[in-house]
Amino acid sequence: MCAICGCGGHEHKHGSDHHDHDHDHDHHGHDHHDHDDHDHRHAHAPGLSQTRMVQVERDIFAENQRHADANRRSFAARGLFVVNLVSSPGSGKTTLLVRTVEALKAELPVAVIEGDQQTGLDAERIKATGVPAYQINTGKGCHLDAHGVGHALAHLPPIEDGVLFIENVGNLVCPAGFDLGEAHKVVVLSTTEGEDKPLKYPDMFFAADLMLLNKSDLLPYVDFSVEKAADYAGRVHPGIGVLTLSARSGEGMAAWLDWLRAGVERAKAGKAAARPKPRVALSAGT
Amino acid sequence: MHEMALCEGLVQALEEQARAQVFSRVHKVFLEIGALATIEPAAMRFNFPIVAKGTLAEGAALAIDFVDGSAWCMQCSGNVAVKRHGEGCPACGSYQLHILDGAQMRIKQLEVS
Ligand SMILES: Nc1nc2c(ncn2[C@@H]2O[C@H](COP(=O)(O)OP(=O)(O)OP(=O)(O)O)[C@@H](O)[C@H]2O)c(=O)[nH]1
Ligand SMILES: [Mg+2]
Ligand SMILES: [Zn+2]
Ligand SMILES: [Zn+2]
Ligand SMILES: [Zn+2]
Ligand SMILES: [Zn+2]
Repeated sequence: MCAICGCGGHEHKHGSDHHDHDHDHDHHGHDHHDHDDHDHRHAHAPGLSQTRMVQVERDIFAENQRHADANRRSFAARGLFVVNLVSSPGSGKTTLLVRTVEALKAELPVAVIEGDQQTGLDAERIKATGVPAYQINTGKGCHLDAHGVGHALAHLPPIEDGVLFIENVGNLVCPAGFDLGEAHKVVVLSTTEGEDKPLKYPDMFFAADLMLLNKSDLLPYVDFSVEKAADYAGRVHPGIGVLTLSARSGEGMAAWLDWLRAGVERAKAGKAAARPKPRVALSAGT
Repeated sequence: MHEMALCEGLVQALEEQARAQVFSRVHKVFLEIGALATIEPAAMRFNFPIVAKGTLAEGAALAIDFVDGSAWCMQCSGNVAVKRHGEGCPACGSYQLHILDGAQMRIKQLEVS
């Protein structure tokens, strides 16, 4: 049984091999369709079996959404501002995170969840800064899902009133479809990738609320128009935020850090507003 | 790309339905996929038989209804159909669209026994 998320039963794989606690919850136990002794090919032949139609109306994303909603509630209760960083491989997410957590760790509680198909390299880069990080390896999976993130939380210190970064698997396509419970998806587009990406991968730029144009230090050497990138992103997502920065030189970092600080303030205010008010007549020193 | 994972989610949903609506075999799945759902119908068709093998849906047919998304166009002050993010309003070309719907993948009906 899955004690951490209390999930209603489905087989899921944790990527990380350090996982020694027990959650082999194959509660679905495929035994309920141990297809007796009948032969499928014959059973499927028309006329041999009585079939009927059943109405369903079930969204396949509903399962992920349940976990995402649960994550979001837990983040809200902790006053955590949660950012889901998405991009194609190599845009500079980890480099940016290392620089970001270095800048914030003295003023705010910070933690990081890293998602990659293989290796713990990115989490190691974060841990080298002294900030707690947990690596999810998705194996063949090309995106993080809300359920995996819920489990990863149990492996991190329970920070409050701060920021949790989730670095998604480098993939501009499917992480767009999976809510992890974050406050915002932030898409990183580096200047070496071409400004047409918002039009080529519109789902991701629609899903993200902020676009970071990284590797601005390379702008003199590449044909990349910041204006065009912003215009294309705005076509896909009217009102999307755009910040230009360099995780290498630090140029433009201040606006990004301010955006994060403002998010943390909102998360803290939300937590305070949701907390039940202490009764006025509480007797002191019980 | 992730259609394999989505097919696993689909089979899982079928197993839940099998318990709720009491059936043991699925012969045909009627799916509705929104045009904004980041799902390639062809990849679903390719992956579904593989994932369904050895389950209650082994050999089941997949009927996919691929439907447009919908958006509110601020320029037209009306609902319009959208096939893709970033293409603009089909009537006036404006990009000031507020997306209402279109990212779903929904099981509508099942043929079962
Ligand atoms: N010039 C320049 N290089 C950068 C910048 N940010 C990152 N890089 C380089 O880009 C490469 C990829 O950086 P990562 O931080 O590993 O990128 P990532 O997005 O985390 O990659 P994945 O996790 O594999 O998807 C590295 O060689 C970085 O040094 C930048 O602002 N400017
Ligand atoms: Mg990385
Ligand atoms: Zn679980
Ligand atoms: Zn775990
Ligand atoms: Zn995926
Ligand atoms: Zn219009």
